[in-house]
Amino acid sequence: MTKKEKMVQTFREKAEAVSAVVSDVTTMNEAYEYAANLCAKKEACQLLISGCEAPLSPDAEDLCQLKEMQKIMAAPGMKKKDINALSKVCKEYEVSLIDKGLRHHLAGIDIGFTVCDYGIADTGTLVLNSSNEELRLATMISEIHVAVLPLSKLQATSYDLEKEMGKWMNKPPNYTAFITGASRTADIERVLALGVHGPLELHILLLEDSNARS
Amino acid sequence: MQEAKNLKEYREKIHGTLENDFLRSTLDNFAVAYRAGRAKAFAGMDEKALINEIAAAKDDSISRMDQLFDEFKTKAEQIGIKVHLAHTAHEANEIIAKIAAQNDCQKIVKSKSMTAEETHLNHHLEKEGLKVTETDLGEWIIQLRHEGPTHMVMPAIHLSRYQVADLFTDVTKQKQESEIEKLVKVARRELRQRYVEADMGISGANFAIADTASLGIVTNEGNARLVTTLPRVHVAMVGLDKLTPNLHDALRMLQVLPRNATGQTITSYVSWITGPSECQSAEDGQKQMHIVFLDNGRRALAKDDTFSEVLRCVRCGACANVCPVYRMLGGHDYGHVYIGAIGLILTYFFHGREYAKNLVQNCINCQACKEVCAAGIDLPSMIKEIHAQILDEEGHPASSTMLAKVLRNRKLFHGLLRSARYAQRPVTGGTPYLRHLPQMFAKDHNFRALPAIAKKPFRDQWEDIKPTEAKTRYKVALFSGCVQDFVYPEQLKAAVDVIAGHGVELDYPMDQSCCGLPVQMMGEKQAAKDVAMQNITAMDPSEYDYILTLCASCASHLKHNYPKLLKNESAISQVKVEQFADRVISFSSFIHDVLELDESEFKKQGKKTTYHAPCHLCRGMGVTEAPREMISRSGLDFAPADEEQTCCGFGGTYSSKFPQLSREILNKKLDDFKKTGAEQLVTECPGCVMQLRGGVDKRGDSIEVLHIAEALAKQKL
Repeated sequence: MTKKEKMVQTFREKAEAVSAVVSDVTTMNEAYEYAANLCAKKEACQLLISGCEAPLSPDAEDLCQLKEMQKIMAAPGMKKKDINALSKVCKEYEVSLIDKGLRHHLAGIDIGFTVCDYGIADTGTLVLNSSNEELRLATMISEIHVAVLPLSKLQATSYDLEKEMGKWMNKPPNYTAFITGASRTADIERVLALGVHGPLELHILLLEDSNARS
Repeated sequence: MQEAKNLKEYREKIHGTLENDFLRSTLDNFAVAYRAGRAKAFAGMDEKALINEIAAAKDDSISRMDQLFDEFKTKAEQIGIKVHLAHTAHEANEIIAKIAAQNDCQKIVKSKSMTAEETHLNHHLEKEGLKVTETDLGEWIIQLRHEGPTHMVMPAIHLSRYQVADLFTDVTKQKQESEIEKLVKVARRELRQRYVEADMGISGANFAIADTASLGIVTNEGNARLVTTLPRVHVAMVGLDKLTPNLHDALRMLQVLPRNATGQTITSYVSWITGPSECQSAEDGQKQMHIVFLDNGRRALAKDDTFSEVLRCVRCGACANVCPVYRMLGGHDYGHVYIGAIGLILTYFFHGREYAKNLVQNCINCQACKEVCAAGIDLPSMIKEIHAQILDEEGHPASSTMLAKVLRNRKLFHGLLRSARYAQRPVTGGTPYLRHLPQMFAKDHNFRALPAIAKKPFRDQWEDIKPTEAKTRYKVALFSGCVQDFVYPEQLKAAVDVIAGHGVELDYPMDQSCCGLPVQMMGEKQAAKDVAMQNITAMDPSEYDYILTLCASCASHLKHNYPKLLKNESAISQVKVEQFADRVISFSSFIHDVLELDESEFKKQGKKTTYHAPCHLCRGMGVTEAPREMISRSGLDFAPADEEQTCCGFGGTYSSKFPQLSREILNKKLDDFKKTGAEQLVTECPGCVMQLRGGVDKRGDSIEVLHIAEALAKQKL
């Protein structure tokens, strides 16, 4: 096993250990298919495991009602041609795609689709420079976060990113996120529950890009 | 939140808490699961080296706190952050209320911040008419219950799902089921509404990086991300101790913080925020960002030689997770706002003597917290220092002044012990225990039988049993400690037998006295120093190869506390104390590492034997394998017990100060030993023998408790 392969294996193990779903893709189009298909299969406005059936206070109930029954995927911060390609796939699956205006959907969206800047193998972490508010919201208010990680961007440890993060931090404002697994809590009786404020599921798509093979 | 006015009231409160079965079983399960989780998270890493690096880096940051603050502030102002420095807790709260008023903010969402707990920020803001919602699930739960946290990382660990369901039923005015998954989703959906309507978000921060003016926030739920993103104003409240020079230092701390806190390699989210980002809900599309740095005594603390290291704390909560006393009580009785060992200390600095004075006495000194501290803080020593400080401020109680006086005068002390032998006659009933305790002691102390004073102390037997060796390899001074000298001389005699025939010239210097740990535990620092000097004078270390002791508590006190106690004495004393400390060795290390006794000396078979690792041996002296190895080599059938290294509940004077807690901790241990099916239980500290043997006698368990020297002497061929 090469050093790179070992690193990928570590990343996969660490991410899966915190309940992330890790798959391989060879092209971005494959990633789009994966996300759109996942969205189509998923029930709209359905908080997994425990659904929307639990009654809420009137204010919270009102917000919940705002959620559209239509399936929504958000993919902010992507290049024009990429968003066009994703849009085409979404249409086939009858999923509506947005890339801005996420504040109008704070009750929740189905899928947040992002491409990561880096990955950290030894903790199974995704690194996203999410200074763009729309991008940040997509990773927070979606029920499922689908994240593409180009393997050329995988690093062994967080120290390997120090220089790059330093550059970002020296060009403020900056908001960088380390994301490892889904949102979690163990605040009630130390029982692990996923999706307390952020996504209920994290799907990571490892993209075989050219640098990775070299 | 512990607020008892005096020790009596505190003990009564504790008594009630010990009867909370849900809390007891929750914390028991947690204590066991935490250890396993932590060990797994650190597997394959050089944990100690990492902790040492963090300690050094933190010390460096603490020593230049003002400079780092200036650097942060200058940079922050360049990038549009408004920086405030609050000298007191009240000032911090006022600054934040003012920011809310100036920006016409009414509704606030807040993510977890111990610093804001420290200043009672919510209380202040609510009085100003603001609506504050905690968004961390545990924090929200305790906010709704109007309680303080019972753990720094898991604030609602004391509550059951049924209590949470009842609470959520009240909040939503709708009946909620007690299924945890569902309760979490109810919180998610209720709180989402609060984020949407909030105009201000308040967060804490785990790191404040000076060179880029960045904040690092470590969370699992993702609430801090929403708090710092959705509202148009973001206020971060940050203790000055969180300042760190660069990203590298923060990343290093991040290696340890989640592992130590919850056994996670990393938390779900770490947010790095540099300056006010885009914010679509603000009129100009730009977020307003404020950072309120809190001093509240930190700058003064940073300059204090003794106490500055408490500022290293990264608030992981590990010191509570491993504490045998926390495990019995939970955080409401083991801290004021800050909880666990660090809480006992910080309460004195941030919330005052009145709240700290009872708490600091409730440390059993088992060293478990020191062993796991993410920043290598010597927590037990700090607790003792604060206890001593409080006694100096408030006056020493008659009982501890008396003990201090007696211990300073060896002849008086030993004379009293001798006469106690005659006084105890009516209560021993002819057994080696003190039976029929006077009623005033009986109520709380009858959980274990207390031993009687021996007929003839070891010092009086020495001339008769002193061994002679034809050829000597080592010259060794025996330090007995008072318990073995006056209560269990047979343990020392057994050790002399085991050592015999290996060329060891043993000496028992007659002027030795109590090691002084009991007075240090009671906060009598001066007496502890005086006794230390007496012992060093009694046995000149340059005359011996080793100073051997069979008492783990004496050993670790002589080795680690003497140099600290005498650090300001004369140069000559310093040399002596260093030589002295250097030569101190435990019994099992001596026979295992130095004499290298092997199987050939012992019988081939023996009783099924389990082992209790004394706190001051396994953590205090760092000796874990030698006693276990010697049990096996001696032909005994070794059957290890669960939680071998957990405290037995003795803690010297602790067990007479908090007998109820001591009893509960002991019972837990005895249950573990019983499970092994062993016929005998060995350990290497007379204090542990006293506690364990007394408990076994009282419960009527069949296991025999021995000092390891006694067990080995019996196996010797």
